[in-house]
Amino acid sequence: MTTTRMPSYRCAAVRRLAVLAVAAATAGCATTGNGERGSSRDPLEPLNRAVYEFNDAFDRAVAKPTAQAYEKVVPDFVRDMVGNAFGNVGDVWTAVNQLLQGKPGHAASDLWRVAINTTFGFGGLFDVASEAGIAKHREDFGQTLGRWGVPAGPYLVLPFLGPSSLRDAPARGVDLWADPLRVELSHGERNNAFLLRAIDDRQRLLDAESVVDQAALDRYSFIRDSWFQLRRNQVYDGNPPPTYEDDTDWLDELEREESDGGEDPATPGAGLAPETANEVKP
Amino acid sequence: MNPCSARSALTHPVGAAPLGRLARTAFALLAAWALLFAAPARAAEAPNEMIERLSHEVLERINSDPALKAGDPRKIDELVDGIVMPHVDFRRMTALAVGRGWRDATPEQRQQLMDLFRTLLIRTYSGALSQVGDQKVRMKPFRAAPGDTDVIVRSEVLQPGREPAQLDYRMRKTGDDWKIYDVNVLGIWLVETYRTQFAQETAAGGVEGLIRSLQEKNRQLAAGDGKVS
Repeated sequence: MTTTRMPSYRCAAVRRLAVLAVAAATAGCATTGNGERGSSRDPLEPLNRAVYEFNDAFDRAVAKPTAQAYEKVVPDFVRDMVGNAFGNVGDVWTAVNQLLQGKPGHAASDLWRVAINTTFGFGGLFDVASEAGIAKHREDFGQTLGRWGVPAGPYLVLPFLGPSSLRDAPARGVDLWADPLRVELSHGERNNAFLLRAIDDRQRLLDAESVVDQAALDRYSFIRDSWFQLRRNQVYDGNPPPTYEDDTDWLDELEREESDGGEDPATPGAGLAPETANEVKP
Repeated sequence: MNPCSARSALTHPVGAAPLGRLARTAFALLAAWALLFAAPARAAEAPNEMIERLSHEVLERINSDPALKAGDPRKIDELVDGIVMPHVDFRRMTALAVGRGWRDATPEQRQQLMDLFRTLLIRTYSGALSQVGDQKVRMKPFRAAPGDTDVIVRSEVLQPGREPAQLDYRMRKTGDDWKIYDVNVLGIWLVETYRTQFAQETAAGGVEGLIRSLQEKNRQLAAGDGKVS
């Protein structure tokens, strides 16, 4: 299982953040009732839950209504173009990260995408590269760090930005630093562009979110655990090494015991002494 | 040729009266041959072939039935019970999601957990049916050793203008059949995700507590749209 080991912190900012985080964790020692693995990856749960509540309130009051209005007012094809344009800009940084992760083939194909979409796709408004069968990837610096062996680290919920971790939060800063929108645009344009991108991102989540609302018993931990899986999956490009293969062994064993133990599975007794039930015959 | 038509040919040989004994024997032989070969051929269907067939079947069903797409609960039950469930080891799925608590659960509690979990999943995903449209499922290369009994089948859902969506299945061979016991949507495994959810409840209130909160959750979902906002 993904045991959370503390990453070796190199940069001073990360260290400061870590100190802050640990301080916050010890300050809010009242740990809420938690699942087995949840707590080990989420030592800051009380703090994180507070930020999560804040984000949720902000989302309900501002972000979601804005995204819904955007979805309602702006026609499909325009929204597609907006998404494509941001996607095209994003492909540049994706390509850089592909290189950093030692995947020159992917880096080349991502740059090829940018070239095609910027020219034949009218400045990136149309994603003609995808239609031509050149797959889109998304890589960020957090994934690059993951690829380099940095573990995700403890869970962090960032104000406004949502789920992150001790590895991914600083990495997000690097993403922002390298963002072509920040680098290329003037101050005013940049803010507008960031705002529009945020709305566009939020709108894309509208569908997925209703599934989360319905599926979760506890929305907070559901999002947290899904996020860890999602990131791990991204780090390994959709093909992470299996993590819980061994965890099915207990069930196989239990089933063997119970089929040995009698016709009726889990009759009182069969399930009670699982360690010794192996030899019990009806 | 499928075994059913072969069997009916055996019991009702077409135009049996004018046919001689030889012809009838030939029929019987043919039918027996069909039974012999058709049955194992179906049973030996590779897990990835099964998923491919099942994916197309389900997509086709949803797209050809507006009521199903709109979320008609009766139609969904039909789809789930008729097409999907025969290929799912739902008991295993529930057991793995419940985790350690499964050991201590009585047979009645286990059945209850399976029913409640099933309802929760159906309620959750029935809303997503309306989003099914011109998607296509593409199978990814499948690798497995001949003796494997536990495999992962990978596929992706293609939709114009979107990134492909990852959709993987974990399957186990029981007897001759392959059955699904975990699903991965966009990198998130269903069982793993629910395991922490359920562990949280069992830690707080035991198996009974988990059952109660599932009942409560399902009641909420039945009453409204899940979340009280």
